[in-house]
Parts: sequence; structure tokens; C-alpha cells
Amino acid sequence: MPAELIFDGILILLLLMLAGGALHVRSLYNAIVLFIVFGLLLALTWARLGAVDLALAEAAIGAGLIGVMLLAALARSDAEPGPRSGRAAIIVSLGLGGLLVAMLTRAVWPLAQNTAALPDMVEIQLAASGVSHPVTAVLLNFRGWDTLLELVVLLLALLGVRQLGRTTMQLPTAWPILRAWSRLLAPLTIMIGGYLLWRGSVAPGGAFQAGAVLAAGAVMLNLAGLLPNIRWDSGLTRSLILGGIAVFALVAVGTHWFGAGWLDYPLNWSKPLIVLIEIAATLSIAVSLTVLVIGENEQPSP
Amino acid sequence: MTHVSLYLLGGIALWVLGLHALMLQRSALRRIMAVNVMGSGVFMVMVALASRGADIDPVLQALVVTGLVVAASATAFALRLATADAGDNADTKQPADQERR
Repeated sequence: MPAELIFDGILILLLLMLAGGALHVRSLYNAIVLFIVFGLLLALTWARLGAVDLALAEAAIGAGLIGVMLLAALARSDAEPGPRSGRAAIIVSLGLGGLLVAMLTRAVWPLAQNTAALPDMVEIQLAASGVSHPVTAVLLNFRGWDTLLELVVLLLALLGVRQLGRTTMQLPTAWPILRAWSRLLAPLTIMIGGYLLWRGSVAPGGAFQAGAVLAAGAVMLNLAGLLPNIRWDSGLTRSLILGGIAVFALVAVGTHWFGAGWLDYPLNWSKPLIVLIEIAATLSIAVSLTVLVIGENEQPSP
Repeated sequence: MTHVSLYLLGGIALWVLGLHALMLQRSALRRIMAVNVMGSGVFMVMVALASRGADIDPVLQALVVTGLVVAASATAFALRLATADAGDNADTKQPADQERR
């Protein structure tokens, strides 16, 4: 048994144990902490599987921002009802779960053997896409629609959260050490965010990762009490959020009007267009995620 | 047995674990976490499949990057919905006060 498989096995076992803990530990607070650790290990897993883009996004969104949202929701929620219990339920769920695992394995197993034609097609078309990193090429050129609609989904979630009104969250005064660290880390997040955005065309990185890192920095500063809430009411916030979608949609309309079709970039224009969309999308994603996580909290003024 | 098949199995196990908790738990926060664990299982199957060949499949990875942001948006909305009752008490008590602000 090669040594790599031992590492993989341990990683998967840890993930399963953390997930099990997060879902079944008695105290909800401990469960959320385990869930955040689960997200971090998941990021490690993506890096192991060669999906560095995904690892970056998961570390910032999956582990960081969702963790903050879960803890905030915990502070707002009432005492939780206990799980359904009983010996019969455990036996039935073990049996059904085993059966489901077997069936899904049978379904998925053949997929590991066959090969897909798409990677070769991406490889052939990569030179014409304007960027040299294949994942960015897929996200912003070959399947640009996915990315455009993803921004719309983010906006819809934001509008949905807004409809439910503001919440009050009593934040304790931040520790001096947290304030000091946030001051140190905030410029770094801006630098890393900008770097990820710029590197996105040739290496792992890009709009989502950069936006998520920037949002994480903004949330951290806000929790340390150093940054006022970024509100939907302010015109700047709104124009930044809508700007990403607007730029993307305008490019789509423009390429349809003057060019070959929706989001079908002209050959020499693809690189500048992709960079333009990425910059607008990064700002839009960063502000949207920040508002989604902390924006609508009504903090009592000190 | 390669590492791809190992991660395929891991993804399936995560999905079933999440489904089990989704049906067993009654607290909204736990159920949202359970759905997220199920999503992580699906992502793991897709990312494992993306690395099955000699080259890494960028299409599958890009789909998962998109999926991750969509999952995070849905989670944020679900969390807000789940705690809507507890949080909105303050608003419904003083509607006029809210208007003025």
C-alpha cells in the first residue's frame, strides 16, 4: 500500500469523523466549531486532489464566512430540539444507509474508469480563450453563463436576506489583541486578494477567491469593531454589487450585438474583457458576501 | 485501488452521513449543516472524478467553484430564514420606530 493512500485514508476518516461530530455532538456550539474545522480540512482535500482554485475558495467561504454566519445564527436561535432517538431508528438508518452507500458506489464506480472528452477540448481551445489557466478559461470564457448567473444567485440570496429585515447582534467589545491582529491582517487580505485576482489568468486564483478573501478581511475588521457596517442602503455598496452583474451583462449584450454571439469574445479582445469582468466581479462578490454575512446587523451604538 | 476511488467512496459516505442527519435532527441549524455536508460529498465525488485522468479536468473543477458560491449563498439565506422568528421580534414590536430609521 503506497504511503500516499495512507494519507488519503486518514484525511477521509478525519473528514467523516468531523462531519459526524458536527452533526451529532450534543452542544450546538461545539458542533459549529467542528463544522468550521471540517471546512478547513475540506480545503486541504481539494488541494490534495489538485483543485487549488477550489481549496482557496473553500478556505475563505466554506470555512470562514459560513462559520461566522453559523455562529451569528446560533446567537439568534432558541434552544434546539433534540434529535429523534430510539433503537429502531438507529437500526433502520444503519441498514438503509449501508444500502444507499452500496447503490451509490455501484453507480459512481464505472465513472472512475472512463475518460471525458472535455479536458482535451479545453486544451485545444485554451490558446484562443485569452487566459492560460484552464479553470479560469472555463469559468469566464467557455462557460461564462454559469458565472454570470452565479452572480445573479448571490444577488438573489442577498435580496432574500434583506426581505427578512434586520437583526440585532450584540457584539462584545473586541479584545485589544484581536484589534491589533485585524489591523495587521487587513492590509494583507487586500494584497492577497489583489494578487489572487491578478494571478487568476495564468495560475489558480481569480474573481471568487479574491472576492472571498476580501470579504473575509472586511468581516474580520467589522467584528473587531474597526469597520462600520457596510449597508445596502448606501449608494456605493449598491453600485459595487450591481456593477459586477451590469458589466458582465453589458459584455454579453455587446458580444451578441457586435460579435459572434452571447459571451463569445472577439479573438484579440478576450484577455482585456476577461480581466475587466474579473475586476468588476471581484468587487461585486466581495461586497455581496460582506453584506450577506454582517451587513444587515443592527448594532446598538456604544 | 487508487486515490480517486478512495475519494469517491469518501464523498458517497459524506453524502449519506449528511442525509442521515438531515432526517434525524430536528434543529434547523443542524439540518442546514447536514445539507452542507451532503453538498461537500457531492463536490468530493466531482473533484475526485476531475483528477481521474492524466490531465486535471478543468470543466468539473470550474463547476464545483461555481457550486461552492451558490451553496454558500443558499446557506446564508437558509440561516437567515431559520432564525427569522427569533430575530424579528424586535422589529414587529416597534414597526413605527423601524420606519423612522
